[in-house]
Amino acid sequence: MSVFSELRDSRELVVNLTRREVKGKYKRTALGQLWSLANPIASMLVYTVVFSVIIKVPHEPGDPSRLNVFALWLMCALLPWSFFTNVVTGGMGALVGNENLIKKVYFPRAALVVASTFSALFTWSIEMLVLAAVLLVVGASILPWLPLVIVFMAVLALFALGVSLLLSIANVYFRDTQHFVAILFQIWFYMTPILYPISLVAERSDKMSPMIGPFTLLDIYRLNPMAAFAEVFRNLMYDNRMPATGAMVACVASAVVASVLGNAVFVRHSKRLAEAL
Amino acid sequence: MTSSAVTVQGVSKRFRIYHERNQSLKAAVMRGRRSSFEEFWALRDIDLEIPRGGSFALVGDNGSGKSTLLKCMAKILFPDEGRIEARGRVAALLEVGSGFHPELSGRDNVFLNASILGMKKAEIERKFDEIVDFSGVEQFIDQPVKNYSSGMYVRLGFAVAINVDPEILLVDEVLAVGDAAFQDKCAEKFATFKREGRTVVVVSHSIPSLRTMVDQAAWIEKGRLHEVGSASGVLERYLDSTHGGQIARVAGREHLGTGEVRVTKVDVVGANGDGVPICAGDGVTVRLHLTATEPIARPVVGLAIEASDGTYLCATNTRDAGSGLAALDGDVVLECTIPSLPLHPGNYAIVASVTDETTTQLIDQVRDISRFSVDSGGVVWSGGYLAMPSHWSESGPVPAAPRRGAA
Repeated sequence: MSVFSELRDSRELVVNLTRREVKGKYKRTALGQLWSLANPIASMLVYTVVFSVIIKVPHEPGDPSRLNVFALWLMCALLPWSFFTNVVTGGMGALVGNENLIKKVYFPRAALVVASTFSALFTWSIEMLVLAAVLLVVGASILPWLPLVIVFMAVLALFALGVSLLLSIANVYFRDTQHFVAILFQIWFYMTPILYPISLVAERSDKMSPMIGPFTLLDIYRLNPMAAFAEVFRNLMYDNRMPATGAMVACVASAVVASVLGNAVFVRHSKRLAEAL
Repeated sequence: MTSSAVTVQGVSKRFRIYHERNQSLKAAVMRGRRSSFEEFWALRDIDLEIPRGGSFALVGDNGSGKSTLLKCMAKILFPDEGRIEARGRVAALLEVGSGFHPELSGRDNVFLNASILGMKKAEIERKFDEIVDFSGVEQFIDQPVKNYSSGMYVRLGFAVAINVDPEILLVDEVLAVGDAAFQDKCAEKFATFKREGRTVVVVSHSIPSLRTMVDQAAWIEKGRLHEVGSASGVLERYLDSTHGGQIARVAGREHLGTGEVRVTKVDVVGANGDGVPICAGDGVTVRLHLTATEPIARPVVGLAIEASDGTYLCATNTRDAGSGLAALDGDVVLECTIPSLPLHPGNYAIVASVTDETTTQLIDQVRDISRFSVDSGGVVWSGGYLAMPSHWSESGPVPAAPRRGAA
């Protein structure tokens, strides 16, 4: 019994729930779906002004793409990050927000969390498409790498879904979870090489002695799965080169661990959801 | 292949009543242990076989666990012990329209709600017109449902749910939705369901509406199965129990009340004597045989007539008829004379009762103690329960001006 086999039988439910989220989100707004692009563009502008114009964070030009645009370099890591946070935040609200439905109708409960992941994935895909188009215009040779980008988008989606399944259950039992996670995400964001290159961390790490046993600061820093994802997406889209095997393995491994764990917890607790809510 | 649609085997369901629920991390950390709670068994060892192709009612007082059982059947709740096996597709009507998204159009919501209830897209498309037709909101199907009136909202939700075409339909008190016309539609749909060999399980408080609907019933009391069997018996006994008082069996009949006086026999005699059929409009004498084991001062003896489907038609008693009794003791026969029986041809049952002076304390009540039928007497009657003597005549010439819409 797993969340995934259960969902195979109710694909249409997931599709319809996803459609409900996507359609319902920007209903009655003049710009409609365009709003989903407004957020990333706004953060891009803010971060670029602060971290490129004012603070002047060093970032290497793309290797071998020779690109040298901070805003694009930033977005290659920022878009995956905001997708991840959107999935987890949405997933945590999916069960609590649909309390009424869960208490009155039987259907695979995971469909709610998965639909929320898919609706975020839909938005993210549009963002990535726009980013890819811009990268293409400024001269990156991104096209050969697109298949791998799509593969890793799927891997990140799986990772995010796993975390989301886990936290959606946690949030039913402890409503503090969502507030706690909001703070965690702030810290996590700055511990991930999005606004700065990982080479800065490596430099600092080289100047220090190993922290715990033989492990350096960089080793510990790299335990963050989102660091690996940021690196992989930046390599593929901005640098246009094959990411390091270690980073790719870390992405896949974290996705597998998160989805297995999330699935196990969700299956164990989903039967009692109607009571717990 | 068994003939039961749902098998409930030794099902128990436990709820936790939290004194202080650890719904925040702080609470959990501060107390440093699991939250304290009391266990409450909402259902205990329920065994039921719900036959295929019939309608089955679950009755019981509030909090007796009948809705919990229904939710267990619907897989919304999971029993802690025992198992429930449903053979066939189950659809539950616990609350209609619960999956609607207010901003989406009626059309989108039909698809959404139907897929929540487990329908496939092709199936929904095929049934779409039928659903919209049933709901009667064609005109507004492309409007966001938040603009619907609450009646339209409920009707659309109900239309979706009932068109899922389940083999087993679970219904919880939702029959009372919509206007009279819509209720008729629903009743018709349920009848079709039964004819098609599907199973309907209903939880309701409305015993009269259940009486006409269901074949079998289970009475659940405080989480335990009290009685299961054919609907008429179970429903009557449940209804009696809600009136309070002790139930006693005397000479094969169920008597309610404190029992100082018992109604032992009731005869209905027509104007033309015993054994001759009673005709509508005839005079009738009802003879009540009473036995008082101890003297009762100023009792009120009454009788009521019920139609064969259980509809309460009319009643009379000694106090209201202005012939109060001073006392009852020993064996007594009381006669109640009805000068003209205002009933149409059909079968009727007598309910006899004895109460105290204030009619609040029930001393004895027997349902269905006697039956009688009313013949047509060669006259054609226009239906209904009550005979309404009437005369028709022409009051004058019809006005010459053309009238539109005149009845």
